[in-house]
Amino acid sequence: MAKLNMRPDKNPMPAQPPEVRAHNFLEVAKGYSEDAALDEAMRCLSCRDMPCVSGCPVNIRIPEFIGKIKEGDFEGAYRVISESSSLPAVCGRVCPQETQCEERCVRGKKGEPVGIGRLERFVADYHNEHDAGNISVPEPNGHRVAVVGSGPSGLTCAGDLAKKGYAVTVYEALHTAGGVLVYGIPEFRLPKAIVKKETETLEKLGVKIETNVIIGKTLTVDELFEDGFEAVFIGSGAGLPNFMNIPGEGYKGVYSANEFLTRSNLMKAYLDEPSTPIMKGGRVAVVGGGNVAMDAARTALRLGAETVYIVYRRSMEELPARREEVEHAREEGIIFRLLTNPTRILGYENPENARDPKNGFVTGIECIEMELGEPDASGRRRPVPKEGSEFVLDVDTVVMAIGTSPNPLIKNTTEGLEVNRRGGIVVNEDGLTSRVGVYAGGDAVTGAATVISAMGAGKTAAKAIDEYLTGKKEL
Amino acid sequence: MYKIVRKRALNPTVTEMEIEAPLVAKKAKPGQFIILRVDGDGERIPLTVAGTDADEGTVKIIFQTVGATTEALHHKNEGEYISDFAGPLGVPTRTEGIKKVCIIGGGVGCAIAMPVAEEFHRLGAEVTSIIGFRSRDFLILEDEFRAASDRLVVMTDDGSYAREGNVTVPLREMLEAGERFDMIIAIGPLVMMKFVTLTAKPFGVPVTVSMNPIMIDGTGMCGGCRVTLVRGGERVTKFACVDGPDFDGYEIDFDEAASRGRMYFDFERRAHERTCNLLKGAN
Repeated sequence: MAKLNMRPDKNPMPAQPPEVRAHNFLEVAKGYSEDAALDEAMRCLSCRDMPCVSGCPVNIRIPEFIGKIKEGDFEGAYRVISESSSLPAVCGRVCPQETQCEERCVRGKKGEPVGIGRLERFVADYHNEHDAGNISVPEPNGHRVAVVGSGPSGLTCAGDLAKKGYAVTVYEALHTAGGVLVYGIPEFRLPKAIVKKETETLEKLGVKIETNVIIGKTLTVDELFEDGFEAVFIGSGAGLPNFMNIPGEGYKGVYSANEFLTRSNLMKAYLDEPSTPIMKGGRVAVVGGGNVAMDAARTALRLGAETVYIVYRRSMEELPARREEVEHAREEGIIFRLLTNPTRILGYENPENARDPKNGFVTGIECIEMELGEPDASGRRRPVPKEGSEFVLDVDTVVMAIGTSPNPLIKNTTEGLEVNRRGGIVVNEDGLTSRVGVYAGGDAVTGAATVISAMGAGKTAAKAIDEYLTGKKEL
Repeated sequence: MYKIVRKRALNPTVTEMEIEAPLVAKKAKPGQFIILRVDGDGERIPLTVAGTDADEGTVKIIFQTVGATTEALHHKNEGEYISDFAGPLGVPTRTEGIKKVCIIGGGVGCAIAMPVAEEFHRLGAEVTSIIGFRSRDFLILEDEFRAASDRLVVMTDDGSYAREGNVTVPLREMLEAGERFDMIIAIGPLVMMKFVTLTAKPFGVPVTVSMNPIMIDGTGMCGGCRVTLVRGGERVTKFACVDGPDFDGYEIDFDEAASRGRMYFDFERRAHERTCNLLKGAN
């Protein structure tokens, strides 16, 4: 075996140049070559106490899979990862590794941590390219479980249960499976073909995916039990978008990030002659500082916007998006207006002509400068407005990416399902809700969070459902 | 895939279809809607449920050919399939405590108003229906309304059939004559619903309107269907897909809703032309 690689830097991720990728929807990061992967794997010290593993929400045995890469056994590496994660090709792309596994990597103390996420992606892509698609379907164990929602938590829960022989049906409200992986995360960050492959793998395992079924409307949770399901997992995701409740949010050209991204991703409004419209081009302000805000800003750019602003009320230090996305956004020319908060949205009104077609369209966003004061409940310094510092950004599209509130459909139709003050479903450490046999996880419980934490919740619930249905655990 | 079991033309631009969707048929109540896609990369559009047959497992929809998607749907025939059909969505029309109701339908909005009238009739309420159309050529569902109503007034804008004028004329006459309703339910173009509300206001009669904003998912995720209510001087954002589609007519900001409804006017016109040309080529 080759020697340990003690270079302080990660192998760089090959990527499309910023000036090129800003105008297309192809994936930005191209992935490691075999040589780069081998070289990067050699940076792993195979620490005995494995600090990285404890940083992973699904506890992938990281040194073990990297060890397989070192041996050139890429399929072996894939098997190690897939024992812990149902969606390796997804996580390798969208996990915030810098605050998880890589944050705890010993190599990070002097230099950069091992590129764990990049290696995970390499292994998953290698597998997807070389896999013959042979899957051994487990012996059915006679139990039926329903999963609500086909996003990261639902797919993980379904996959884990199917591997144990459960007959699993996943109900998806939209016309395509994948949840936020399909409607939310853009093609240039997570190609939809990858999500499709993951859902097809689940179907080969025997998981049934029923699209166009809205649990809470088409069927209720109680009806699922009447139909013979013995347990239900709710992974219905984040709900309705929040707005700022400032004047002008009803003008044409104001979107929630959910709407803007759904139009572009799920409904393919980025195509040349789409069937679903979206405002393309012009000047765009995206309000918010999370991954969703970065996705919306970079999507707007690719749809042809000449100028795109990120408007965020705190400073770069507090900005919650994944570092790589922030860097990519900056390289592509997104302008960050930090310590800036919108106060109202301005629209065109022609007092002479009520039928002027321009009436009611956005013309700008008035903002106020902020400064950081004392820390608030979240521990971050509270932004306070600087009096009299209002100014206007001339824009014709505004995208609000300031979070969501839980969807009410399941709560309203499931008696005895406890929710917290904010509408999130209340669960114990096993993911069990206040209803016997009903489990929940992901954004429906936590509010907007990450793909990997949702997967972790799906995994925890799958284990608990298995214990419940096989009587391994008394309730 | 969802099968088109029956199709008939109600007038040259309005089509009725019954779609096989047993789960939706079992659940749907008057006032609720479905979301459909005609094919592959198609747009999602909301359409209100115009009736159901739970035994047969079919859901009736009535639509006017106004854009690319309705044009494509209109060209589908009995026995063919559409790719997606999901629902029922939205909150059913409130019926409790309403003994005397005035249902007002305008144009293709009558397709939505009709099952509401039928439901009140079935529940034993006294139903007055006022339905209005641009002209005789656009008239739909007159017989159905007659069967579901204790009293029916038909109006045409140009007087080419029944009485001339818009739907607020007979409504005002009834209210001025001292008639009162527990609820007026207005379903049709925004401008009609706005003027029904203004007509009823001096008489203090409550008005429910059915909003039909642009929607994508329809399940409470995207927020595109938001409407603004003015409640006690405060502006409140609500979502038609999960909070509606019925709202208190006195609270709705109709002007904003009308403006938002025109957001993609140019796009829609071009897409419709493109679809028409495509379909012409195919036939």
